[in-house]
Amino acid sequence: MLSVEGIHSYYGKAHILGGLSFEVRRGEVVALLGRNGAGKSTTMKSVMQLVRPRTGSVMFQGEDLVGKPAFRVAQAGIGYVPEDRRIFTDLTVTENLEVGRQPHRDGAPEWSVEQLFDIFPNLAERRGNRGKHMSGGEQQMLTIARTLMGNPLLLLLDEPSEGIAPVIVEEMASTIMRLKAEGLTVMISEQNLHFARAVADRAIIIEGGEKKFDGSFAELEAHPEIRDAYLSV
Amino acid sequence: MAFFFAQFLTGLANASSLFLVASGLSLIFGVTRIVNFAHGSFYMLGAFIGITLMQILPGAIGFWGAILLTGLAVGLIGAVVEMLVLRPIYRAPELFQLVATFGVILVIQDLALMTWGAEDRLGPRAPGLRGVWRIFGEPVPKYDIVIIAITPFILFALWYLIARTRAGILVRAATQDREMVGALGVNQAWLFTGVFALGSALAGWGGALQLPKGGADLLMDFNIIGAVFVVVVIGGMGSLPGAFIATVLISVLNVFGVTYLPQSTLVLMFVVMAVVLIIRPYGLLGREEVAGEHGQVGAPDMPIRPYGPVGQALVAALLLVLALLPVFADQFMLILMIDMIVFALFAASLHFILGTGGLVSFGHAAFFGGGAYAAALLVFHTDTPMELAFLFAPLAAGLLALAIGWFCIRLTGVYFAMLTLAFSQLVWSLAYQWRAVTRGDDGLVNIWPSDWLGETASYYYFTLILGVGGILFLRHVIHAPFGYALRAGRDSPRQAEAMGINVKRIQFAAFALAGAMAGLAGGIFVFSKGSVFPTELEIAASFDALIVVFLGGVKTLAGGVVGAGFMTVVEDWLTRLEYWRLLLGLVIIAVVIIAPEGIVGSIRTFWNRIRGSEEEAAK
Ligand SMILES: Nc1ncnc2c1ncn2[C@@H]1O[C@H](COP(=O)(O)OP(=O)(O)O)[C@@H](O)[C@H]1O
Ligand SMILES: [Mg+2]
Repeated sequence: MLSVEGIHSYYGKAHILGGLSFEVRRGEVVALLGRNGAGKSTTMKSVMQLVRPRTGSVMFQGEDLVGKPAFRVAQAGIGYVPEDRRIFTDLTVTENLEVGRQPHRDGAPEWSVEQLFDIFPNLAERRGNRGKHMSGGEQQMLTIARTLMGNPLLLLLDEPSEGIAPVIVEEMASTIMRLKAEGLTVMISEQNLHFARAVADRAIIIEGGEKKFDGSFAELEAHPEIRDAYLSV
Repeated sequence: MAFFFAQFLTGLANASSLFLVASGLSLIFGVTRIVNFAHGSFYMLGAFIGITLMQILPGAIGFWGAILLTGLAVGLIGAVVEMLVLRPIYRAPELFQLVATFGVILVIQDLALMTWGAEDRLGPRAPGLRGVWRIFGEPVPKYDIVIIAITPFILFALWYLIARTRAGILVRAATQDREMVGALGVNQAWLFTGVFALGSALAGWGGALQLPKGGADLLMDFNIIGAVFVVVVIGGMGSLPGAFIATVLISVLNVFGVTYLPQSTLVLMFVVMAVVLIIRPYGLLGREEVAGEHGQVGAPDMPIRPYGPVGQALVAALLLVLALLPVFADQFMLILMIDMIVFALFAASLHFILGTGGLVSFGHAAFFGGGAYAAALLVFHTDTPMELAFLFAPLAAGLLALAIGWFCIRLTGVYFAMLTLAFSQLVWSLAYQWRAVTRGDDGLVNIWPSDWLGETASYYYFTLILGVGGILFLRHVIHAPFGYALRAGRDSPRQAEAMGINVKRIQFAAFALAGAMAGLAGGIFVFSKGSVFPTELEIAASFDALIVVFLGGVKTLAGGVVGAGFMTVVEDWLTRLEYWRLLLGLVIIAVVIIAPEGIVGSIRTFWNRIRGSEEEAAK
């Protein structure tokens, strides 16, 4: 579904991604692992074209996204949940969801506001509230729900477990499982190996903007030296 | 009491049109982050188009229909301007966008002149609404009452659009985080065009609605922009409720001001603004600007360094020619050269604060004109000898810059720019309205230099020494540790702070220095002309300097100087044409879009490319 080939991304002169390649297949949940600063967020932004890779390709459903504006990437069916959430704090919960609304597309699970309130009951209770009066966990739920309003084929979740209470993290894990069951393809970035293992089918480990491992969690278990070298546990 | 109430109603009626214009500007800024200087031009277009349509469409239905259509027409023009001029430059630094909108002002001015001629038009009376109604015995124009009655409906419509429709939700979301709105699949280009069209339409409606109370003339664009900016700054940029509160405040104050303090109407508005900003730096309902959220002047692509031997030889040759000029040049040429050097020093001082300091000041004319006025006032009122009065020009301008800087330096980006503009308008309104001291628009005349400088040639040398000396001094400061600290503060304020540089204090000092140098230029200017008028303090004067710096190139030291030379010559040549504004405006817009590095920057890039390919060939 998504095939990233040899992308090099920069912030100004700083070379962040050095020829990264990976694939995400329809229906799977992939975890992008790596330490703080490894380049996980940059990878996701490079897929979204919020950071433009200077070389390489990002093929999604047979279309190269490199150089396209971000709104085209979203319209192609990639939903993006940034790590800093970026909810619209002046808008109410319902209005935040409205911003994300996109028409239905073939092959993607379809979401309505009521269905999303069903998945995230906390949001239903606060539908009239403005974003700025919400807790971190609620904001995280809201960003995911807002992105789902676009009926994406592929969901990019950047560190969804970061900075939220352990109870909510568990809730988040079951939410992701539910999204998978609905037929959504998901890529999450994580530092939390435990959480990643609970939700993902496969792990990709990066360090310094380069891929160091790509395989199942069973393989990763068999090579503890990889885990020790690239993940801080 | 009844009189008060009637006054209050007049204030409200005036507020209606001002609010429409201001809300348009605020809306455009909120979403696109562009400070649209051409907004006043859309207001002016609204007035002219309104009159034309009212002549075609008869009766009351025609009158109100004409107002409605005017907004739509101006909105359409706004959409075209946005697509042609602004779309290519949304990612460019703020200054470029501002200069481009200034180009739009010039183009619209001449197009209006071509279409409607130079005469002022009186607005038609609204059919059926001539005369007055008595309210508590006081006469209030019927049209005022009708406007006051309509305003809540306009407010409601605007509120509904922003608060209740999907378009409004997207607009509010984009005001907060437009990148995220894009990442959620919304095509911002159309959102921006739509908002720009709506904002322009609001300005057009404002222009049409005020017709029965005023009329249409070619100065309307600049005349309204000061008040509109004050309103938007007081209310908080991007906030519509803020704009509304501020409009009512300003309009009502104005009406009472006209009655009780007729000498201070213009000043009053700026005093209110200063007070509000001291208490709330981002306006009544504004939101604090996140630093680095959008482009500043733009980081230099290469470090500024002293010229190599070729460059130094060129500069020396130029200076030699300038020094020998009186030997072979005539009177006219010398006067032109004096103008050019004065302008070059003025531009260099702006370039210093803008290019090196990264602070885009819109009110730099306050210091040029301020210096000129300081010297002229001394000569005019106390017969101070020229030498002493002259020294006062940079001193007073420097002090003025300290005072204004104290308010402005705390802000950054667009807020800084708006505030400097507003303060320069305050200085202008003082010169314009405090007639007892400044003689208003009659200006101060007979301000001639002492006898030893009486000859044009000797005044030319005086100008040359001080002008070139001032520019070299600024150059020296840029290459001194102070200049490095200033640049560090511009490029990465946080790192600079971490290195122990007090960024704000350095900027404050630089602002004062730039002001003093502009004042020096103003001092030379006033004794060369023998007079000074409030025009030297106008927005247009500040913009001339900005355009010169921009045309020359922001990133190069020579930019201001070359730009000033270029501009003096081109204006001298262009102003012989009837529609020179149109040409200049188009040139400016073209430069912004095609050659944003300016003259010097483009030459340097070109030069480097040639040299680069030579070096490659040599290998
Ligand atoms: N906006 C930025 N400008 C410059 N450097 C950045 C920026 N964002 C991230 N970086 C740098 O890029 C590298 C990768 O960052 P990031 O992709 O955020 O890593 P991760 O998400 O894995 O923590 C880090 O070294 C970080 O310092
Ligand atoms: Mg990250």
